[in-house]
Amino acid sequence: MKLEDLLQETVTALSSNKARSGLTILGIVIGIASVIAMISIGQGVSEQIKSSIEGLGSNLLTVMPGFIQPGRGVVSAGRGTAESLEQDDVEIIREIDGVVSVSPEVQRRFQVVSETGNNTNTLVLGILPEYLEARNVFVQEGSFITDANVRALGRVVVLGPTVAEDIFSAQDPIGRTIRISGMNFKVIGLLQSKGSAGFFNPDDAVFIPLTTMQKVITGEDFLSAIAVSVASEDRMPLVQAEITQALAKKHRVDPENPDFSILSQADIIGALTQVTTTFTIFLAAVAGISLIVGGIGIMNMMLTTVKERTREIGLRKAIGAKRCDISRQFLAEAVALTFLGGVLGIILGWAVSFAVSHFAGLATKVSPGAILLAFLVASAIGIIFGYYPAKRAAGLNPIEALRYE
Amino acid sequence: MIECKDISKIYKSGPSTSSGQAIETRALKNVSFKVSQGEFLAIMGPSGSGKSTLMHIMGCLDTPNGGQYFLEGRDVSRLSDDELADIRMQKIGFVFQAFNLLPRATVLRNVTLPLLYAGLSRKERENQAREALKSSAFPEEFWNHYSNQLSGGMMQRVAIARALCNNPAIILADEPTGNLDTKTGKQVLDTFQHLHIKQGRTIILITHEQYVAEHAQRVIHIRDGSVVGDEKVKVRRLANHHYET
Repeated sequence: MKLEDLLQETVTALSSNKARSGLTILGIVIGIASVIAMISIGQGVSEQIKSSIEGLGSNLLTVMPGFIQPGRGVVSAGRGTAESLEQDDVEIIREIDGVVSVSPEVQRRFQVVSETGNNTNTLVLGILPEYLEARNVFVQEGSFITDANVRALGRVVVLGPTVAEDIFSAQDPIGRTIRISGMNFKVIGLLQSKGSAGFFNPDDAVFIPLTTMQKVITGEDFLSAIAVSVASEDRMPLVQAEITQALAKKHRVDPENPDFSILSQADIIGALTQVTTTFTIFLAAVAGISLIVGGIGIMNMMLTTVKERTREIGLRKAIGAKRCDISRQFLAEAVALTFLGGVLGIILGWAVSFAVSHFAGLATKVSPGAILLAFLVASAIGIIFGYYPAKRAAGLNPIEALRYE
Repeated sequence: MIECKDISKIYKSGPSTSSGQAIETRALKNVSFKVSQGEFLAIMGPSGSGKSTLMHIMGCLDTPNGGQYFLEGRDVSRLSDDELADIRMQKIGFVFQAFNLLPRATVLRNVTLPLLYAGLSRKERENQAREALKSSAFPEEFWNHYSNQLSGGMMQRVAIARALCNNPAIILADEPTGNLDTKTGKQVLDTFQHLHIKQGRTIILITHEQYVAEHAQRVIHIRDGSVVGDEKVKVRRLANHHYET
């Protein structure tokens, strides 16, 4: 039997029962589409997180209180709450060779309320003017916190774009007043958006002078983090080691087991990539289960078809079809179903991931690898789940098959 | 042309229980006969006589347990399934009682079906199918009709055309008039006689009706798996009198 004839036979057979073929294909379409969509969401979120972390400043070291054990990512547990970093540490770091700027930070979550009563729970950061340079942020409108603000314990605030939109909607926030922890602050500036990074959003924060945060709001001198901007990327390991030595000496702790930790951007990216990869695999595995269910649907339909067409199989064998002719015909039908389902599933999956990024705001990325994977899996399912029914059809005895009622 | 030599067939059925005793049915017992080229033979017998088993063996759908079956001088009684499929494709045309056409397929597609497995091109297939449809006197205006829209007699003629299209050495017809009324049955028998007389085809007709068998030249009677009679038809019935020779 020629390939062209085989295709013709397959098309005829499948189109003779359109509803059943369509529903069977639907099973595969849903399976493939969910695999594609899930992988694209996972990969998209992962890439977005990576790029926005890189956008926070590439030559950046972050000194955090508490010791982060090797092998355990930054995401593990509340070590940032230890109170071991103080204002004096900033001066020590500033004197180290290769350090460009040092930005101490205190962060806490507060309810932020506008004059009109709109409010949001957001991150309040007490910072110095150096923050701008160290963290790679830009002012969109108004001005940033100045040294004068810091010295005077100024009640001024710079808003992140998400917060500005949440509490002032479309209105211009500059010059207005907001309340943080029961105190009035004047809005002096608005930052440019850095874009959401999936799990955390650098735009959802407000900035006040460090001194105001420490003396007026929290009443504590401890720092949540010290961001250190290094002159160049290749000097980062050396600077990291020097900071460790200097701070360990000052804190009188063993440098091998200090009461603080220093993270580079690479560490953070590494840790988050690990999380998002696990997340992607998990999503794909769940979607993969629906693909197996779809495959069972194919097998079910093919077994029904073989049963229904027993007499036809008997006739075909009687007029000269060999075993392989029959098994090829039924295998071709199963593969054609999954192939069609695969193509439609890729299109649907693409559309779903587009819709997710459009309506839910999650970044998605449909990679050629995911498409290839989906395609191979679909073909494999066609062959695996079509094999048994095809073998059953080919093994029928023509005499009995012709008598079958 | 065809020679059956001491053919016997035993079916084992029933549960092979712990006692290991399966029930044996001897469907054919040392059946021997010859059919020559261009002969129109009827095999007659009541149901259960073994005539279907004999047809299956002659049609290479089954192999005998004992004896030999020669088709065009070749012993085909010990071939494998796929080799038998090849022989069926090249040498044998089947006509069944229940027609066994593909529903939802046109007449032309039904007739070309055996040629699909012969690996012919679409054009060759259709040419041969047209020839076969003409031989079986199938009206041309119905060639593109779906087979399930046709009457029984028409369906059987499509089936005859399908049996003819690969130009087989023998045509095996198993109760071809069994599902038809007398009038359409007669038309089908007319078609067989036409193929025999005008085209010199070798035709083997299996039936349990004396009337139908009398359209052949020779009748072999089978009872309980053995040949009990082999005789020339003395007064041959003609479905259509213009064949008189």
